Amino acid sequence: MQQAASAAATMGGPLGSHGGRARTARRSSNLGDRIFEGIVTAAGLLVLGLLGGIIVLLFIGGWPAFREFGFGFLWSAEWDSVREQFGAVISVYGTIVTSILAIVFAVPVAFGIAYYLTEIAPEVIRRPVGIAIELLAAVPSIIYGMWGLFVLAPFLAQYVQPPIQDWTMDIPILNELFGGPAFGIGIFTAALILAIMILPFIAATMRDVFMQVPAIYKESAYGLGATRWEVVRNVVFPYTRASVVGGIMLGLGRALGETMAVTFVIGNANAISPSLFATGNTIASVIALEFPEALQGSLKLSSLLALGFILFVISFIVLATSRYMLRPRLGN
Amino acid sequence: MADALSAPTLRRPATALARRRKRMDRLIGLFAYASTAIGLFFLGWLLVTLIGRGAAAFDVTIFTKSTAPPGSGGGLLNAMVGTLIQTVLGTAIGAPIGLLVGTYLAEYARNSVLGNTVRFVSDILLSAPSILIGLFVYQLIVINTGGFSGWAGVVALAIIVIPVVVRTTEDMLRLIPDTLREAAIGLGSPKWVMIRFVCYRAAMQGIITGVLLAVARIAGETAPLLFTSLGNLNWSTDLNEAMPSLPITIYQYAASPYDDWIALAWVGALIITVAVLAINIVARYLIRTEPSRK
Repeated sequence: MQQAASAAATMGGPLGSHGGRARTARRSSNLGDRIFEGIVTAAGLLVLGLLGGIIVLLFIGGWPAFREFGFGFLWSAEWDSVREQFGAVISVYGTIVTSILAIVFAVPVAFGIAYYLTEIAPEVIRRPVGIAIELLAAVPSIIYGMWGLFVLAPFLAQYVQPPIQDWTMDIPILNELFGGPAFGIGIFTAALILAIMILPFIAATMRDVFMQVPAIYKESAYGLGATRWEVVRNVVFPYTRASVVGGIMLGLGRALGETMAVTFVIGNANAISPSLFATGNTIASVIALEFPEALQGSLKLSSLLALGFILFVISFIVLATSRYMLRPRLGN
Repeated sequence: MADALSAPTLRRPATALARRRKRMDRLIGLFAYASTAIGLFFLGWLLVTLIGRGAAAFDVTIFTKSTAPPGSGGGLLNAMVGTLIQTVLGTAIGAPIGLLVGTYLAEYARNSVLGNTVRFVSDILLSAPSILIGLFVYQLIVINTGGFSGWAGVVALAIIVIPVVVRTTEDMLRLIPDTLREAAIGLGSPKWVMIRFVCYRAAMQGIITGVLLAVARIAGETAPLLFTSLGNLNWSTDLNEAMPSLPITIYQYAASPYDDWIALAWVGALIITVAVLAINIVARYLIRTEPSRK
């Protein structure tokens, strides 16, 4: 466009030179262009500044905690407001376990939805069903939290967790994984809600990239007698693998920082338990819950900001990977 | 051929294989149906719960009274007004910035290194945990101005709006054929006039869609407001003071031990969900009509 614009300007040159008015008009419009370009470029730089500002301010805020506890902050399991001993390991563990478990729950279902929407569903219902699934992502996080606490958790405690515990009682590793008292709230429930929340992101990405597979590839496979599933497995999957991974990473990035929904249902215990039914916490839930009790300038507030910084670093890595994987196919 | 078809020994393994392949195909198909049903089931479950519990406690006083201590029959008026003010101002600040950034990416920096960096960073911000944006604004504004304020909440929400609008604006501007731009330039229009009167007009619906999606996104945001506008159980429209908002009120009420507060939280949850979903559906409808009008 730059070239087109300057080419147009040069072409207008000889015409404009016939009269002074045209020339001034051209010059002032160039000034307008320069101003406009300056404004939009400044806006672009502002976005970079925002990211930089978030990193710097979180780090500065967390600095007293990093200085006090050093690298030990990362693997200390303490969170003692009275003795002012703080560590990140439990909340980092909770964050990663809930998010990965959410991915494990969500990915197969998201694939099923994408498969349905691209291969099975009749044309007329693709859009409404797709929108309905995407609406799951529009529901505010706090609503999931309330629903999780008042509806899903009691349901799980009554109808889902006891049977799982009965089945796994005598199986060595599984009885640890699903052992302990089942309150409904805890890591498992938090992961389940996260899975519902990130499902639309993964499903929508998969659907969009599945659609981009050139029809001729699929038709060739169908022509050879392949079934629908074989076409998806042998043609669509290899073609879209990187983007599918990118979509999953996007879901993971969303799950890592989800706050309100998790805060309601995770149980907020500063402990690591082998059982998925046990309560725990995540970085975001600790920040949300402990912040009101953290005085300005206190080591506790600094520790929360340090946790925020750690969360930012983890999310950034995951989201950057996701963007990198998605870039070539979704080609923005 | 005829021999092969009629020879049972040759046919059987082939049909067994075909049968297995068909069975696998049908199994995966069933799984796809089930997955879609699961997704829709959770949406339905959520909505049924919200309608059931929200409608049960619904009362006109919710719109006429402010929040009040438990047992004294308060409403949600101040929270709704607070959310309205912060959402409108957050959009008013964030959307123009997002529009400019989207314009920069689509019209000025398509393949430049700086443009790609800005696009990448904007995409990261789009999915970055909103709680961290709250902490950022807390560090930036709340600490330096001496307290929680509506303005801090507005800024946090505006930051969330920006990447949403950037994404849709850039996508929509890129859909505009270059011939339109060339026509404008060919008529001697300066580039900024071309963008303003040709590109923005052609992409108007898409841009509005982006803004609507951004509104829907911030209207229900809770985490960033915890550290910025904090919430306020009294009536307050002063942006220099802590400001109430519907999501924060829902959070406080739902976590309280009082039944009437919890009931109010359900009503608030119903209101905000209906509003957010309605905006989403309208926005998606707009974006669909986009290509047909061209």
